[in-house]
Amino acid sequence: MGANLLFTLPELILSTGAIVLMLVAAWSDEGSTELVSIVAVALLVAAGFAAALPITGYGVAFDGLYRADAFAAFAKCLIYLATAVCILIAPRFFERDRLKPEYPVLILLATAGAGMMVSAGDLITLYIGLELQSLASYVLASFMRRDERSAEAGLKYFVLGALASGILLYGAALVYGFTGTTNYDGIARALNSGLTRGQTFGLVFVFAGIAFKISAVPFHMWTPDVYEGAPTPVTTLFATAQKVAAIAMFVRIAMEAMGSATHAWQQIIVFAALASILIGAAGAIGQTNIKRLLAYSSINNIGFALIGFAAGTPEGAASVLTYMAIYTVMTLGSFLCVLQMRDANGEQVETIASLAGLSRTNGWLAASLAIFMFSLAGIPPLFGFWGKFAVFSAAINANLVLLALFGIAASVIGAFYYIKIIKIMYFDEAAAAFARPASKVENGLIAASAVIMALGYPLIPYLDVLTNNAAKALF
Amino acid sequence: MGDDTVSFPILSVMIFLPLFAAVVCLFVPAKTARWTALVTTFVLFGLGCFLWSHYEPGGPQWQFTEYAPVFGRFAWAMGIDGVALMLIMLSVFLMPICIGASWEAITDRVGEYMAAFLLMEALMIGVFAAQDIYLFYIFFEAGLIPMYLIIGIWGGANRIYAAYKFFLYTLLGSVVMLVAMLWMVHEAGTTAIPVLMQYDFTPEAQKWLWLAFFASFAVKMPMWPVHTWLPDAHVQAPTAGSVILAGVLLKMGGYGFIRFLLPMFPEGTAYWFWLVMGLSMIAVVYTSLVALVQSDMKKLIAYSSVAHMAFVTIGLMAFNRQGIEGAMLVMLSHGLVSGALFLCVGVIYDRLHTREIARYGGLADSMPKYALFFMIFTMASVGLPGTSGFVGEFLSLTGSYQANSWVAFVMTTGIVLGAAYMLYLYRRVVFGRLDKDDVRAMPDLSMREVALLAPIVGAVFWMGIYPETFLRPMRADVGAVLARIDRANPGSDAKVALGSLPATETRNEGAH
Repeated sequence: MGANLLFTLPELILSTGAIVLMLVAAWSDEGSTELVSIVAVALLVAAGFAAALPITGYGVAFDGLYRADAFAAFAKCLIYLATAVCILIAPRFFERDRLKPEYPVLILLATAGAGMMVSAGDLITLYIGLELQSLASYVLASFMRRDERSAEAGLKYFVLGALASGILLYGAALVYGFTGTTNYDGIARALNSGLTRGQTFGLVFVFAGIAFKISAVPFHMWTPDVYEGAPTPVTTLFATAQKVAAIAMFVRIAMEAMGSATHAWQQIIVFAALASILIGAAGAIGQTNIKRLLAYSSINNIGFALIGFAAGTPEGAASVLTYMAIYTVMTLGSFLCVLQMRDANGEQVETIASLAGLSRTNGWLAASLAIFMFSLAGIPPLFGFWGKFAVFSAAINANLVLLALFGIAASVIGAFYYIKIIKIMYFDEAAAAFARPASKVENGLIAASAVIMALGYPLIPYLDVLTNNAAKALF
Repeated sequence: MGDDTVSFPILSVMIFLPLFAAVVCLFVPAKTARWTALVTTFVLFGLGCFLWSHYEPGGPQWQFTEYAPVFGRFAWAMGIDGVALMLIMLSVFLMPICIGASWEAITDRVGEYMAAFLLMEALMIGVFAAQDIYLFYIFFEAGLIPMYLIIGIWGGANRIYAAYKFFLYTLLGSVVMLVAMLWMVHEAGTTAIPVLMQYDFTPEAQKWLWLAFFASFAVKMPMWPVHTWLPDAHVQAPTAGSVILAGVLLKMGGYGFIRFLLPMFPEGTAYWFWLVMGLSMIAVVYTSLVALVQSDMKKLIAYSSVAHMAFVTIGLMAFNRQGIEGAMLVMLSHGLVSGALFLCVGVIYDRLHTREIARYGGLADSMPKYALFFMIFTMASVGLPGTSGFVGEFLSLTGSYQANSWVAFVMTTGIVLGAAYMLYLYRRVVFGRLDKDDVRAMPDLSMREVALLAPIVGAVFWMGIYPETFLRPMRADVGAVLARIDRANPGSDAKVALGSLPATETRNEGAH
C-alpha cells in the first residue's frame, strides 16, 4: 500500500498542498495571496520532480487504477509547467479585483485532477480525475464574479461540460457492460476478439465525451465563448494545461485500452482532425477579439495534434506529445502577449484592432507576438513548424497520405489569420500605445518562450527521446 | 578542396554571418545599420569569390561539405556543386547592390529593413547549400517571412494585398512538397539530398512526387497560370525587394527542377513532359502579349520575367546538355538583367515617384548616362548577341529543338515578342519628346547609381562574350543530371542527327 501511494506522489503533493493552502487562505485575509501563489508554484515544481524522477520507479498502482509511466510523466511535467505560468501571470491581471488566494488553490486542485487523468488506467479513475479538474475549472472560469462575461463563461462551461461528462459516463457504462470491466488492460483483452456493436457504441460515446474536453469539432462550440469570457490567465490554463491533460488522457485510452480497435476509432479521429482544422481556421478569420481568435486557433491546433493521433502508432503518440509540448509554449507566449494589451488607464483591451502598429509603439512585444503567430502558422524556421512536421510525418509513415495532404493544405487557410495579426502589427498605422507597467516575470516569460520558438531546433533530439520513451509506455 | 575545407566551415559562416549582422542591425541607429549591412554583404561577396576560386570543376561532385547531425531526425548538412555555386555567386553579387539601392530610398525603420535583407541573404545561401532535404525545406520556406515583411512594410500603396498573395500562394505550393518529402524519406530511409538523387522511386510514385514538387517550384518560378502573385509582389515591393525577388528567389524554382525534379524523378519528368512544355509555351506567348500592353514599368518587367522563366523550363525539360546548360545561363542572366532593369525603374521612380510609362519620355536628352545603361539592359533582356541574354536563350532553344521542334518554334516567337515589348518600353521612356517639365528637371545618374549598375553591365558582357567561365563549374553537374535522366528520355521529333559522312569526306565535300 505504501508503494502504491508513493506512485501517486505528484498528486499527493498537489492535493494535500491544496488543502493546506485552502486552510491558510481561509484563516488569513487577502494579503496571503502572494504567499499562497509562491507555495503553489513550489508545490508544482516539487510535483514535477516527483513525476519526472519517481523514487519508486515507474509502475502500476492500486490494481491498475493508476499508472505511473514515462507517458504520464511527460504529460504531467508539461501540465505543471503551464500551470505554474498561469499562476505567475495572475496577480497583475487581477490587480483591480485584488486576487483572492483561492485562485492558486483551485488551480492546484484542477492540476491534481489533470494528473489523475493522464495517469488513469481505469475508466473510473479517468472520470474522477476529469471531474476534479472540470469542477475546479468551472469555478475558475467565473472567477471574476462581477464581470458578466466571466459569469456567463462559467455557467456555459458548466452546463455543457456536465453534458459532456454525462455522455462520457454513458459511454463508459456501455463499455463496462459489453466488456465486463472498467480496467484498460481488461478492455484491451475484451476488444482483442473483435468489436461488438455494443462496444462500438460505448467507444463512440467515450470519444464524444472526450472530444468535448479537447474542444475538437463537432464538440467545440463552447470554446470561443468560454475562452473569451474567462479571465485571461484562466483562459491560458484552459488552452494549455487542460488541453494537454485531455489529449494525453485521450491518447492513452485510445491506444492502451482500445488499441486493437484502431481501425474503428481511426475514422472518428480523421474526421475530427480535418473538421477541427477547417472550422478552427475558417472560424478565426472573421474574429475581432484576440481571445476568441486564439480559441479558434486552439481548435485548429487540436486538429493537427489529432492527425498524429490518427496514425495510431507509437510514432503517432510521440508526435502528439511533441506537438502539444510546442503548442503549449507558443500558446503560453501568445496569451502572455495578450495580457500586455492594456490601454492608458490600465484596462485590459482585447480587440485585434488595438494591436495596430504595435511594432512602432512596442517593438519587442510585436516581435514576440509575430514569432508566436508565425510559429502557430507553422512557418519554419520557427519551432511551431516542427510540431506540424512531427504529426504529418507520423501520419505519412502510417500510410495516411491523403489525410496529411488535406490537413496540410488546410493549414494554409489557418496561416491567413495568423499573418493577418502580423499585418496589423507591422503594416498598419499605429493605434494608441499600450500602457507599459513593467512586470519582470511576464517579460521574462515572453522572452523565454519567444527564444524557444525561434531557436528551438537543437532541442529536437532531446524532445524525440522523451516523447518516444513516453509513447513506448503505451504499447 | 572538398576535404581540407572541413576545418573551415565556410558555408556555415556564410549563413551565420548575415544572421549575426541582422541582429546587430536591429539594435543600432539607421546610419550604422546601413554600413553594417553594406560591409557584411561585401564580406559575403568576398567569401563567395573565395568559394568560386577554390572550387574545383571536375573535382568531387559535392565540395565544401559539412555534416553535423544536430537535429536528430535530420542534419545540418552543407555542400555545393557547380550549379549551387553559381546561384550563390548570383545572390552574393546582387546583395551589396540591393543594399546600395536602398541607401537613400529607405528612410523608415532602416535597421529592420537591413535586418530583413540580411536574413534573406542567409536563407538564400542556405537554400542553395543545404544537402539535407528537410534543411532545404526550412530555408526555402523561411524566406517567406522576411519577404512578407519587406513587401508589407516598405512596399507601395497596395502592398498588403500583394504581401498576402505572395505569402499564401507560395505557402500552398510548398506544403504539398513537404508531404512528398516526408513520403520520400519514409520510403528511401534517408534525408541526404545526394543519396536521394541516386534513389530510384517506382515510376508510379514518381508521377505523384513530381507533381507535388512541381506545385511548389512552379509557383516559385513562376509558371503560367500560377504566376499571378508575381506582378503584384513586384509592383508593390521596394526596388531592392524586386531585385532580390526577380534576381534570386525566382531562381529557387529552377534550382528545384535541377536538384529535385530531374535527378530524383526521371520517369516522372518524362511523364509530365508535355505539361511543362505546354505551360511554358502558353506562358511565353501569353505573358509577352500581356507585357506589351502594360502601362506600369515594373509590371511589364514582371511579366517579362514569367516569359523568361519559360525559357528556363523548356531548357530543363529538353533532356539534353544544351537545354539544361542554357536553362542555367538564362537563370543567371535573368537574375542580373531583370535585377538591373528593376534598378533602372527604381532610379527614375526615386525622382518622379511614379512607374507610369506615359509620365516619362525623352530621357535620352536629360539623362544620357541613364539612357545608356537602360539600353544595355534592354538589349540584354531582348537577347542581343554579345550580352548574357543571348547565350542562354540560344542554348535553351537549341536544346528544346532537339527535344521537340514545335516547342522550339513557339518559344522562338517569344524572342520576337520580347524584343517588341522591351523596345517599345524603351522607346516610350527614353526616346520621344522631352515635353514634361518635371521629367526635364530629373538629374542624371549619381555616382552611387552608376556604381550600382556598372558591375552588372560588366557581368552581362562577360557572360555574353565568354560564357565558358560560368559553364565550366556546372559542366560535370549537368552531366550527372543527364546521366540520371537519360534512361527516361522520351525521344525527339526533330530527328536531328550528325551527318553520317566520315570527316574526310566532309572535307572533300567542302572542296567542291
